[in-house]
Amino acid sequence: MRRVVTRADPLSFEQLVLPHLNSAHNLARWLVKDSTLAEDVTQEAALRALRYFPSYHGGNVRAWFMRIVRNVAYDFLASRSGNPETSFNEGGSGEEGPQALSVPAPDDDPEAALLHSEGVQLLDRALRALPAELRECLVLRELEGLSYKEMAEVMGVPIGTIMSRLWRARQALLGRSAEGMHS
Amino acid sequence: MNDDRCQEMHLLIQADLDGELDPAEAARVAEHLEHCAACASLQSEMLALSARLREELPYYAAPHTLHAAVRARIASEAQPEAQRGARRSWVDHLRRPRLAEFGYFGGGFALAACLAWLLVIPRAGDFPGAVVADHIRALQPGHIMDVASSDQHTVKPWFGGRLDFTPPVKDLKSQGFALAGARLDYLAGRPVAALVYQRRQHLIDLFIWPDQGSIGLRPADGHRRGYNFIHWSQGGMVFWAVSDLNAQELGEFVRLWQAG
Ligand SMILES: [Zn+2]
Repeated sequence: MRRVVTRADPLSFEQLVLPHLNSAHNLARWLVKDSTLAEDVTQEAALRALRYFPSYHGGNVRAWFMRIVRNVAYDFLASRSGNPETSFNEGGSGEEGPQALSVPAPDDDPEAALLHSEGVQLLDRALRALPAELRECLVLRELEGLSYKEMAEVMGVPIGTIMSRLWRARQALLGRSAEGMHS
Repeated sequence: MNDDRCQEMHLLIQADLDGELDPAEAARVAEHLEHCAACASLQSEMLALSARLREELPYYAAPHTLHAAVRARIASEAQPEAQRGARRSWVDHLRRPRLAEFGYFGGGFALAACLAWLLVIPRAGDFPGAVVADHIRALQPGHIMDVASSDQHTVKPWFGGRLDFTPPVKDLKSQGFALAGARLDYLAGRPVAALVYQRRQHLIDLFIWPDQGSIGLRPADGHRRGYNFIHWSQGGMVFWAVSDLNAQELGEFVRLWQAG
């Protein structure tokens, strides 16, 4: 007896999309700011991507996949509360905010260990405190190394908007107001 | 320096450090910076910030359990509908319920997440119970095997790429325990290999994963809900054999496996 389970056409999907699972998870993690939920978002995005895959006709597959991740993450943020930036984001002054209490913590937390130095913690906290649309710009640009064009694809906005959001995000982290820069 | 010109320069300075300018534009920026201390200091601040963001912020790569869960889900989705319903059940108990089955991001989401998590992570006190429960789940129709093969040379490579370790695979057919197949499963908070053996009409699940010495593994054998289990460590791996086979024959299976 010898029957290997047949797979419709997941090979090309696996080859094209799954190499970007780390990027997907990183983006999801920075958007929802919770490790368990980030995994859920990533997994749901992978399933959606599998479903939409027949409609993918070439182009930048990472940007295509990360747009799906972003959409799933924003769906979540939106349904979590009418205003995603209030209840969910502004855990602000404390450690992880209330969401850290509502979800079981993993048994050991290597991420926390990484953030030992105070300066790093401040930077981390400052980024987490930014509105999601500004935060994701820095994550996509600095951590994922996406070009403006790719970012525009992921976020579904013109390149000019990417530039001004990036600007505002950076000025905020530098402690400057970004007055004078339109939206 | 001229504030309006500087204002115009800002996005160009930024685009320059993001590597988005063509050489002519970059030259224009460089020329302005030579004559404008304010913009030059802005640029160095932004460069420093950029370096800090890249070097100091955590990069959240997907945990290997997530890689495994996604692959398992995709493999399950790719199957014909009829098999899928049954196959889904074990993958569901990993993570899926939290998004899809509790009203997708609904109000009860966090609670659902907690509940689903409790299903995945067995209480420390009854790990054997969790292993047996997993075996029982696997017995649901169409669900016991991802790969059905009596050939260890088919089964072993099948795990390649699906797990971050290589489980040993043995066929004990000549001793009365025929290898029937294998599947990917999830125990102790991690993906594990499950080999399936057959003895008459009884199935034996042999769960295998790397021994990290962290789980309280007592007792070494026993029974739960009418199923017998035996566990041991060998060659850096943890083994759990679970079956409705009587304890004596299951013991024989384990001895053969350890010796083989
Ligand atoms: Zn200037």
